[in-house]
Amino acid sequence: MAEPVLEILELRKTFGALKATDGVSLTLMPGEIHALIGPNGAGKSTLIHQISGSIRPNSGTIRFLGQDMAGLDMAARARLGLGRSFQISSLVQEFSALRNVMLAVQARQGSSFRFFRPVMGDPTLTEPAMAMLERVGLAGRAHMPAAELSHGERRQLEIAIALALGSKAFLFDEPMAGMGPEGSKSLTKFLDGLRHEAPILLVEHDMDAVFALADRISVLVYGRVVATGTVDVIRNDPEVRRAYLGEAA
Amino acid sequence: MTNASLMTRETIVNVLLALLLLAIPLGASAMGEPFYITLATRIAVLALAAVGLNIALGLGGLVSFGHAAFFGLGGYAAGVLATHAFDGVPLFAGIPGTDSMPIIWLVTVVVCGLLALPIGAISLRTTGVYFIMITLAFAQMIYYFAISWPAYGGEDGLSIYVRSAFPGANAAQPLPFFLICYAVLMTALGLFWLLRGSRFGAALQAARQNATRLSAVGIAPFNIRLVAFAVSAMVTGVAGALFADLNKFVSPSMMSWHMSGELIVLIILGGKGRLFGPVAGAMLYVLFEFALGGITERWQFFLGLILLGVVLFARGGLLGLLAGKARHG
Amino acid sequence: MSIALLIEQILNGLQLGVMLFLMAAGLTLIFGVMGLINLAHGSLYMVGAFACAAVAAATGSFWIGLVASLVAAAAAGAIMEVTVIRRLYDRDHLDQVLATFALILIFSEGTRWLFGSFPLYLDIPPLLQGAVPLPGGGQYQLYRLAIIGVGIVVAVGLYFLISRTRLGMRIRAGESDREMIAALGVDIRTLYTVVFALGAALAGLAGALVGALQSVQVGMGEPALILAFVVIVIGGIGSIKGALFGAILVGVVDTMGRFLLPKALALMIPAAQAGPIGAALASMLIYIVMALILAFRPSGLFAAQS
Repeated sequence: MAEPVLEILELRKTFGALKATDGVSLTLMPGEIHALIGPNGAGKSTLIHQISGSIRPNSGTIRFLGQDMAGLDMAARARLGLGRSFQISSLVQEFSALRNVMLAVQARQGSSFRFFRPVMGDPTLTEPAMAMLERVGLAGRAHMPAAELSHGERRQLEIAIALALGSKAFLFDEPMAGMGPEGSKSLTKFLDGLRHEAPILLVEHDMDAVFALADRISVLVYGRVVATGTVDVIRNDPEVRRAYLGEAA
Repeated sequence: MTNASLMTRETIVNVLLALLLLAIPLGASAMGEPFYITLATRIAVLALAAVGLNIALGLGGLVSFGHAAFFGLGGYAAGVLATHAFDGVPLFAGIPGTDSMPIIWLVTVVVCGLLALPIGAISLRTTGVYFIMITLAFAQMIYYFAISWPAYGGEDGLSIYVRSAFPGANAAQPLPFFLICYAVLMTALGLFWLLRGSRFGAALQAARQNATRLSAVGIAPFNIRLVAFAVSAMVTGVAGALFADLNKFVSPSMMSWHMSGELIVLIILGGKGRLFGPVAGAMLYVLFEFALGGITERWQFFLGLILLGVVLFARGGLLGLLAGKARHG
Repeated sequence: MSIALLIEQILNGLQLGVMLFLMAAGLTLIFGVMGLINLAHGSLYMVGAFACAAVAAATGSFWIGLVASLVAAAAAGAIMEVTVIRRLYDRDHLDQVLATFALILIFSEGTRWLFGSFPLYLDIPPLLQGAVPLPGGGQYQLYRLAIIGVGIVVAVGLYFLISRTRLGMRIRAGESDREMIAALGVDIRTLYTVVFALGAALAGLAGALVGALQSVQVGMGEPALILAFVVIVIGGIGSIKGALFGAILVGVVDTMGRFLLPKALALMIPAAQAGPIGAALASMLIYIVMALILAFRPSGLFAAQS
């Protein structure tokens, strides 16, 4: 059996009395989309933050490509190939969409300590960045400041940035949120193809998208994984129906 | 208004400011009014100091309230080296002083860089008000050291008997000295422009606007900010060396927290993060000082009122008024 | 070095610490509740000192002067808050620094206009003149002891104000959640003005008390302000407990450093060099302490939760 790209073991994080992550273990295998679902406040975003390095867990292990992530900050993890999108879009607001992606391209090239050559008109930056915008369908908005993009466009831009990093795994936190039905549909199609480039750990509330995309689903309730399995297994799991799907229906 | 026309407008304003600053002393020289040459030199040197701070503050959003320390260190580098050259007493271990400006600047850049790295490394662990306060505290540390260290004049400061020399120019004369300062200022502005448009500049501006995003693409904001802080300190240091040569005097007051405040004021008067913001700010400041100072001893009272008005009601500074909102690519 | 001298220096350190606490308590309260960094706090200290000196000279009573200092500083603070400061709460720290820097220029030059450039002098009131014997021989100025006493009273008073009173409850609520307190129907604008005036009155009190120990002059607030900033940064901005701890630490370290460092150095190097080097080091000492503390605890020792 293949090695997991991302492996989480017995992760725990408390905020005061609140157990935000209560002994979570899960894996992300090559080529798969592993969806993480659960009611609001289940600790999905907290888990993503711990994997990407913006929150430090109390205990437990995160291994990425076989390497222990403990002690590595967010930037170091990103350099190893952990690309993420944020639940609330996090972009460089005054930069154009293109420059936001160019930043990721220069980061991937490891060339941020070049002081003189102008970035605009540097084809080693603009061309790969433009290609990524084209892939997510944002090429027409390349020169628009990020602050002026629509909600859905900002989501697409975040994904373009993760692509430009050449990520070896993606952590996407609610990429469909706030998108219209058309947008969700085209993004679903896009993510479907993306899994062959790198596996995706997907936090998502849009159940149509989750059931269409996921190879496996883990259900998180009060910081614990109550079930993991294929779409069919999860759909028919009585505990999941009671704890989560029952509410949604 | 389109982006393109804004860009031209800011460029035109910049060129006009640069020409104006050059025209004042040339005209004054033609009319035999050396005082105005000195005034223009003062503008150029203060603008240079603020260009340095603008790298950290304008591009990186690092509100250093201690840049006067680097300004003063540059001043003392000039003063101490010139004094040893004048007396013929070696500095230490047989190393002689010097009255050559390029060597003084080189020493300043090295000293300020070496000091800015540890100061920045500690200060950048903090953010917000803590950063403002810790940079202030480091500057106070150096200020009090200068006051209580008697070897170079302590509180009384240090006079420079002969202005240092620049190869191929008679720097003792007001106009050539102005031209030297002007050339250094233009070089620094060119450096700022290149830096802002470079990969490093992109990362630095991203660190100001959204450090989390910068981390998420794998660039550590700390390293970017630290280098920016050091470069910023070096440029401000060179301005300090020129300031000492301009006044033929250096004292701890160059390092006072008031000076740090004034450097920030220059940037805000002119326009934060704008290429020519520091130049416009220094022109305004010296103009106020000269015009108001001629009318009343209490000119700082009115400077306070004007500054308050700019902060509360005219946040873009002079360049914001002249050239519109800042443009971002 | 006698025990009496050592005790005297420790008491001097405490007295400086208490003075710093009066400054720092207001600063940290204002930052904690309103999120504002106020450089002009030193101007309020100066206002208190000038009001006390001027009124004491006119009436012949230090005590009336002391009341005047509280009133004048609180009034100046309230006016400052209503006209300028409340426009700054939603601004970034850079704007706050600049606007309050501008206020310093206005206050300093304005005071020079009113009182001229010569310092005023304020006498220690007859009741507090004289000295108290110290164990091990030696004596200590009664007035300085009284300042320490005032500091203790203010610290205890603030503790009760914040933990036991309705105003204190609102202050605590304002620190943790501004929207919540507005939702509770508390008039937040008035609350802010009251908190600002309270901080100003404490600064004015400090200025008046110190005015009898040194000359009253323009610019006297600035060294006190910077030390107070060191205090609140060490203690953790927003924490009164941190301000108290930081103030005592800074007062004692600064005083003892100036006293002991030259002596300690003299044991190692010739006295002619030890004096100046020791003095230079001592004047940097609190900043070194602050840098060390922040290097390990970037938000100070008693950082408020946020």
